[in-house]
Amino acid sequence: MNSVKRKKLIDNLFTYGLVVFCWIAVQALSATGHMTNQINGLLVPICMYVILAVSLNLTVGISGELSLGHAGFMCVGAFSGSFFTKLMAEAIPSLQARFIIALVIGALTAAFFGVIIGIPVLRLRGDYLAIVTLAFGEIIKNVMNVIYVGVDNGMLRIAMEKKANLNLSENGRVIIEGAMGITKTPKASTFTIGIVLVLITLFIVQNLINSRTGRAIMAIRDNRIAAESVGLNITKYKLLAFSVSASLAGMAGVLYSHNLASLAAEKFDYNMSILILVYVVLGGIGNIRGSIISAIVLTLLPELLRGMNNYRMLIYAIVLIIMMIANSAPSAIAARERLLEKFQRKNTKEAA
Amino acid sequence: MSFLSCLISGISLGSIYAIIALGYTMVYGIAKMLNFAHGDIIMVGAFAAYTIVSTLGMPPILGVIVAVAVCTLLGVTVERIAYKPLRGASSLAVLITAIGVSYLLQNLALLIFSANPQKFQSVVNLPALKLAGGELSVSAVTIITVVTCLVVMFCLTSFINKTKKGQAMLAVSEDRGAATLMGINVNGTIALTFAIGSALAAIAGVLYCSAYDTLTPYIGSMPGIKAFTAAVFGGIGSIPGAFIGGIILGIIEQLAKKYISSQLADAIVFAVLIIVLLVRPSGILGKKTNEKV
Amino acid sequence: MNILEVNRLSIAFGGLKAVDNFNIEIKKGQLYGLIGPNGAGKTTVFNLLTGVYKPDAGIIMLDGVNVAGKRTISICQAGIARTFQNIRLFTEMSVLDNVKVGLHNHHRYGIATGLFRLPGYFRAEKEMDERAMELLKVFDMEQYFDYKAANLPYGQQRKLEIARALATEPKLLLLDEPAAGMNPNETTELMEMIRFVRDTFDMTILLIEHDMKLVSGICEALTVLNFGQVLCQGETAEVLNDPEVIKAYLGE
Repeated sequence: MNSVKRKKLIDNLFTYGLVVFCWIAVQALSATGHMTNQINGLLVPICMYVILAVSLNLTVGISGELSLGHAGFMCVGAFSGSFFTKLMAEAIPSLQARFIIALVIGALTAAFFGVIIGIPVLRLRGDYLAIVTLAFGEIIKNVMNVIYVGVDNGMLRIAMEKKANLNLSENGRVIIEGAMGITKTPKASTFTIGIVLVLITLFIVQNLINSRTGRAIMAIRDNRIAAESVGLNITKYKLLAFSVSASLAGMAGVLYSHNLASLAAEKFDYNMSILILVYVVLGGIGNIRGSIISAIVLTLLPELLRGMNNYRMLIYAIVLIIMMIANSAPSAIAARERLLEKFQRKNTKEAA
Repeated sequence: MSFLSCLISGISLGSIYAIIALGYTMVYGIAKMLNFAHGDIIMVGAFAAYTIVSTLGMPPILGVIVAVAVCTLLGVTVERIAYKPLRGASSLAVLITAIGVSYLLQNLALLIFSANPQKFQSVVNLPALKLAGGELSVSAVTIITVVTCLVVMFCLTSFINKTKKGQAMLAVSEDRGAATLMGINVNGTIALTFAIGSALAAIAGVLYCSAYDTLTPYIGSMPGIKAFTAAVFGGIGSIPGAFIGGIILGIIEQLAKKYISSQLADAIVFAVLIIVLLVRPSGILGKKTNEKV
Repeated sequence: MNILEVNRLSIAFGGLKAVDNFNIEIKKGQLYGLIGPNGAGKTTVFNLLTGVYKPDAGIIMLDGVNVAGKRTISICQAGIARTFQNIRLFTEMSVLDNVKVGLHNHHRYGIATGLFRLPGYFRAEKEMDERAMELLKVFDMEQYFDYKAANLPYGQQRKLEIARALATEPKLLLLDEPAAGMNPNETTELMEMIRFVRDTFDMTILLIEHDMKLVSGICEALTVLNFGQVLCQGETAEVLNDPEVIKAYLGE
């Protein structure tokens, strides 16, 4: 039994090692001048997509619920984080300090939304849950699109539809500007911070999975009725997985919003949620390391193979369908098992 | 008067949702899957009609026929290639595959027709109906949409209740295993369901684009999701439910656009979906089901 | 001493009285059988006892505490564990983890302890591993501990389900058709195992079964259920010779 445990530990360490290796490789490449601007620009987004994919895998793979609203949590995180950074520009002069607090705020806000959305949503199952998470994601996007927040004389003012509705005084400033979102967030995200956040995400997700809590979450995924019969609190564990996943997405959102000069809600539509889902599925549902690799490869690949860009989504779509059929179709599973058996028989024959 | 015209446009939009929702509800009831790509079939139908009418300059009626033919074929093909192998797999796997199909259709259309909006020439070239001394004008598209919806409803209901194939559909939706034992061709019945659903999607696509006259590869996804909302609202699996749900949702959307906020109309429609699912997941006319222990 | 006393337990589904005025008394350490024709309401009784359904009326005294109408989780904690007619394992998890999920409420540590790998985590996990392996050993399954539950043969799956139920440390174990789908040899083995479990764990067991060889072989007392009502109750030999019971099983 100890050998199985050791294998698992080594497996986990290998995943951290992979991330650290990526960081070292990038440092080495940039020191020797092998990094193009184009790839440099992709480093932070790659970290962001890795966090998103790993956190969505917690919901889809470990908890077994298909969420199509992951971009919504990212949106909440991005806006709350950027809002804080801009609001506190004078109060906390150090950008680094503001950014770190913003990351925490983004994660907490998204976790909060994860809980209040999760409570109703997690009562539903399967297809209904998927469509309702999609609906929530779209609602978040739509509401962020019309919301205006300004500040004057130390007071926050919130309005809908028009900037004029804020009734700001002369010395006031607008922070969130409807469809324009938040502009001129200072650029605080760096590749190193991104890598640190990826490591934190991995730490949380992997330790959660390999604990009593993680076992409960997976047991509920595998058989809800049996899980209840051995005394597991279904709602508690489902909600826990969902909100941890949401908060990590929120953190990724803060990383995103501090990497770009402008932040608009439009970006967080359901296509974004689906793109993250594509990463999760192609990396293997429930496979954390797979999510990391697929997020890295699928972000880099289209940029490296220019001209393929038009076909990128098309290829994703085809691969997605093929992967699902190959992995889940009863006939494909049976065929694979037959093949494996044949292979094993051949091996034992040779051994004999 | 503006309330009345708003109501009429709501009924018109709702009729389109109802036609799409019929496809959703039939596929969900019989194949037990959420065909996420159903919305994109609408888009394919609209592009098929667009190619025939605007690009090739042929008569509109031919456009409609070609759209229906293309979509029927597409629906059956998609079912055969992507969904049939997954029969018996988890609903998660089927749903992700359907999302893949949706993505595939969108991106194919993107490659062929580009992301630029195309001007869709309405297939209906009749003058608007003036009521109340010209104060209230109802466009011909609106009238044809509502009439089409009623005709489709009527035909579908009689098809299911009066024909052998229709009865087979009911049997498969009730209990697939038992239906197989009774000698019903389950695969054939599911394929037929997809064929009918996709044909309806084509009609809906043409009507939708005739009413809103722009066409992009993404046009199908929103009406698709809203029609699903309508199907859930009315009670998934129920044909009259899809009709009622569609009409109510169309009216809610138009009223919200007019009296609350045009930007928040979608959010309001989605909020309706969430409330319905939480308060009465079986919808207005749906049946309640419990998992057996 | 009675571990379970059920009185006037009833539930109706849309007018149909699925279980009507059901009574049962089970002594501590007893091996008790619940039999009856298909559709008599046996599994419904199990679902009522475990809180899957809320009874319309009646009381369920478990070791002196009324658990009728409580939630499944609290009933599990009060001490009733069960297996299912159609096996319900955590199919994608390992055999060991299946049992460890059963231990969930007995070896607790907080989420933070798990996340940050505090000493409590290693202590509790070690205890759980040891306890789970002990349970697997009872069922002669320790060599399968790292198998995926779904990959176990059918008979082993049934045993794993019992091991998982025992992990919750119940006072009363409910087995829903444990011999279903087993051949005569496997059934004989299962009978020995059930007896062994009763003796080693000092367990009280209530089981639903159609296999008369098993019922007459191991059950000390029986309740016969017909159309949701108790037809006959008493010691096994008496009950099986009751003319009413024979009539219900064989027809007029």
